[in-house]
Amino acid sequence: MLRVENLTVKFPSRFGDVTAVENMAMAIAPGEIHGLVGESGAGKSTVGAAIIGLLQPPGFVADGTLQLGDVDLRALDRFEAHALRGKRVSMIFQDPQTSLNPLMRIEDQLVETILAHEDISADAAQSRAIDLLEEMGIEDASSRMRSYPHQFSGGMRQRVVIALAICTNPELIIADEPTTALDVAVQSQVLDLIRRLADVRKVGFMLITHDIGVIAQIADTVTMMRRGKRIESGPTAEVLGNPSHAYTKQLMDAVPPLDRKIDRFRVPKDEEIDATGQGDAARAWLLGAERETAVGLTLEGIAVSFPGVRTSMWQKPAPHIALQDISFVVRPGSIMGIVGESGSGKSTLAKTLTGLIKPSDGTMTLAGAPLPGGGARARKHPSRQLIQMVFQDPYSSLNSRHRVGTILAEPLWLYGLVTDKEERRKLCIDMLRLVGMLPEAIDKYPHQFSGGQRQRIAVARALLARPKVLICDEPTSALDVSIQAQLLNLLKDLQASFGLTVLFISHNLSVVRQMADDVVVLRNGRIQEQGPCATIYETPTAEYTKELLALTPVLPADWRP
Amino acid sequence: MLAFIKRYEGLWLFSRSPAVILAAIMAFGIILGAILAPWIAPINPYDLASFSLMDGLLPPVWDEFGSEKFLLGTDDQGRDMISSILYGARLSLIIGISAMTIATVLGVGLGLAAGYFGGRFDAIVMRIADIQLALPAILTALLIDGIARGILPPEMQQNLRVTVLIIAIALSLWVNFARTARASTFVQMNKEYVQAALIQGQHPLRVMFVHILPNILGPLLVIMTVDLASAILLEATLSFLGIGLPADSPSLGTLIRIGMQFLLSGEWWILWIPTLFLVALVVSINVLGDFLRDVFNPRLR
Repeated sequence: MLRVENLTVKFPSRFGDVTAVENMAMAIAPGEIHGLVGESGAGKSTVGAAIIGLLQPPGFVADGTLQLGDVDLRALDRFEAHALRGKRVSMIFQDPQTSLNPLMRIEDQLVETILAHEDISADAAQSRAIDLLEEMGIEDASSRMRSYPHQFSGGMRQRVVIALAICTNPELIIADEPTTALDVAVQSQVLDLIRRLADVRKVGFMLITHDIGVIAQIADTVTMMRRGKRIESGPTAEVLGNPSHAYTKQLMDAVPPLDRKIDRFRVPKDEEIDATGQGDAARAWLLGAERETAVGLTLEGIAVSFPGVRTSMWQKPAPHIALQDISFVVRPGSIMGIVGESGSGKSTLAKTLTGLIKPSDGTMTLAGAPLPGGGARARKHPSRQLIQMVFQDPYSSLNSRHRVGTILAEPLWLYGLVTDKEERRKLCIDMLRLVGMLPEAIDKYPHQFSGGQRQRIAVARALLARPKVLICDEPTSALDVSIQAQLLNLLKDLQASFGLTVLFISHNLSVVRQMADDVVVLRNGRIQEQGPCATIYETPTAEYTKELLALTPVLPADWRP
Repeated sequence: MLAFIKRYEGLWLFSRSPAVILAAIMAFGIILGAILAPWIAPINPYDLASFSLMDGLLPPVWDEFGSEKFLLGTDDQGRDMISSILYGARLSLIIGISAMTIATVLGVGLGLAAGYFGGRFDAIVMRIADIQLALPAILTALLIDGIARGILPPEMQQNLRVTVLIIAIALSLWVNFARTARASTFVQMNKEYVQAALIQGQHPLRVMFVHILPNILGPLLVIMTVDLASAILLEATLSFLGIGLPADSPSLGTLIRIGMQFLLSGEWWILWIPTLFLVALVVSINVLGDFLRDVFNPRLR
């Protein structure tokens, strides 16, 4: 049905044309879900945009064949392409927040789209819309479709987006990261829906994603891309289950398994961060000064509430409770994993520990000494140095106007650890080596590095404070799997060599499995279950934990290399 | 050279927009002329001995009654228009730049602090800003003028006009800076690099000025150029209405006020030439400000 051959897409820039996609080829049959996988910058989305004719200007298709049925997509003029879009090819975007018009009722958006492509009466369009929503699994559709998008949850919104894509009976739907913004439970429902539409309606899907678990779960065939080129393609089980190409192998090695703990990820030699051979001075410096004692962290009945929304002029608003009755103990020198879906209070917990948020109730202790929260923690409190944090987004966690050297040296002079400027610089360079970066990095700006490299700089900054507790809030969720594997290896090495106590926060159960000694499962600000990692993953007792584990996409057991 | 230009996005965009290049040439030409006025102006309009009533009301050189000595003609006192305009632009620019600088320092300082501390401090600063916006610049100027006359000894009031103008204009412009700085600071406060600094326990002043300020400079720079144009216009307005500079040390606004008397009398150049000059200056500064906005805000491109 869809045939892409020899596709080349270029973007003119002030340095000449940049080739985004080169010699791409793929074919999708009716009812087939074709996965397009690759890491960021591989050109996956560009292929999708080229097919549907929505390439970001000034990008253009330089060469190749784009054939949908008997129509040559490249030969269409602007108006023909517009008529074809939506009618024969539709698109599902990543973020259901922004792909629906927030000022229009769901009903109007659906009816408008149907009427734009088909010559039927408004009543007929409306009953078609109701049927569609019910087919998508939205109960009581005839009354719910009177709502506005903000009144729907994320998963419901994505169903509406799919209904919008399907309402004109297209042959092909391009789904660009359709579940990346969703929690696992909702993700599995949306994936089921896509599978059903492919089977029942014989719609061809092009599923663009970076998540190999998702591909393994529903794609029939898969094309692996890297740097704008096709690496290999074929039936999913063949390509991913028994990888023949070196790059595919490497990628599969980097995917963390859910059902077991592996010591280290296998990373190709040239990309391995060797945290054992280099950075001796930094290592010695970190190991000096009372390094022998690891410290523990305890939380006792911690609660956090925010001011709620005022509903009446005279009444005090009811507080919004973000965390309630949180008690756990992090053993000295261990890694505590915190898992939970979005909105479960994971980040609030990190902010409470670091003193950004004041708990409304409960006590915290660090190494046996009370740890005041929020504004009560003095600016010079010793815990400011002992607790350091690695953030989720490596693009905003480093000040883009400062050089790496300035960023790294900050904790050193702030805590008075190294007073001599030259010595500070030497130590920073050595610390960069320790996290696997080149010494030249010290005079560059953060934007000159990739996400993974920035995250290593962020780790180096945290280590230069000589902390005893490291809080990692989703440190790898903005990174590609192969980079994630490198960073997880690095964090493990550092934790082991310096006896750090680590709080590892993530929504990704597979990643936490690889890192944590103990696990706390959070939901809606309450602890559902806690205990040793292996126990929780192998014999969960809370219903919620069981559900989370069951819904997380995993690779089939026989794919294990 | 081309490689050097290509390295910087801003320079590259600049080299490809003729309107912006024209505006830059115009703005810098005028500014240069104003700075060099004492050396390049044919006469000194402040020195009564350097011009004579006999040369009064001469039209520009291309008119049949024009004189080669006075390229753009003379006013009723016999002052050379070019010299008046260059000296006038000098005063206008001094007042505009000083007022803008004071407004920037005051507004950015208060806005940063309001965004950083939030809560009650933020509420107080922003209410003051709201009240300030409700007062017309003329009223502020009159108030400050009145207060200065009341409390300062007479011998200090001689050179007061310029200072009064600068303060009045600065007071009516700082609100823009405060609001923008506050809004941008709010955005930056949620960025993780600021949280990292807060967690480390860095001093609030350091977080504000070393961490946040460099990251919000883009929009502030745009406001600075746009407000420089507003400041020059405000000064012209105040001088035109007679609250600003007197006729013996004319700014562009004063020149336009004087020219008004000749609007219907045939001596058009006395009004139109300073007016066109003011328009050229303000438009070119605004075009540059608009260009800066595009450079600093990639989403608008």
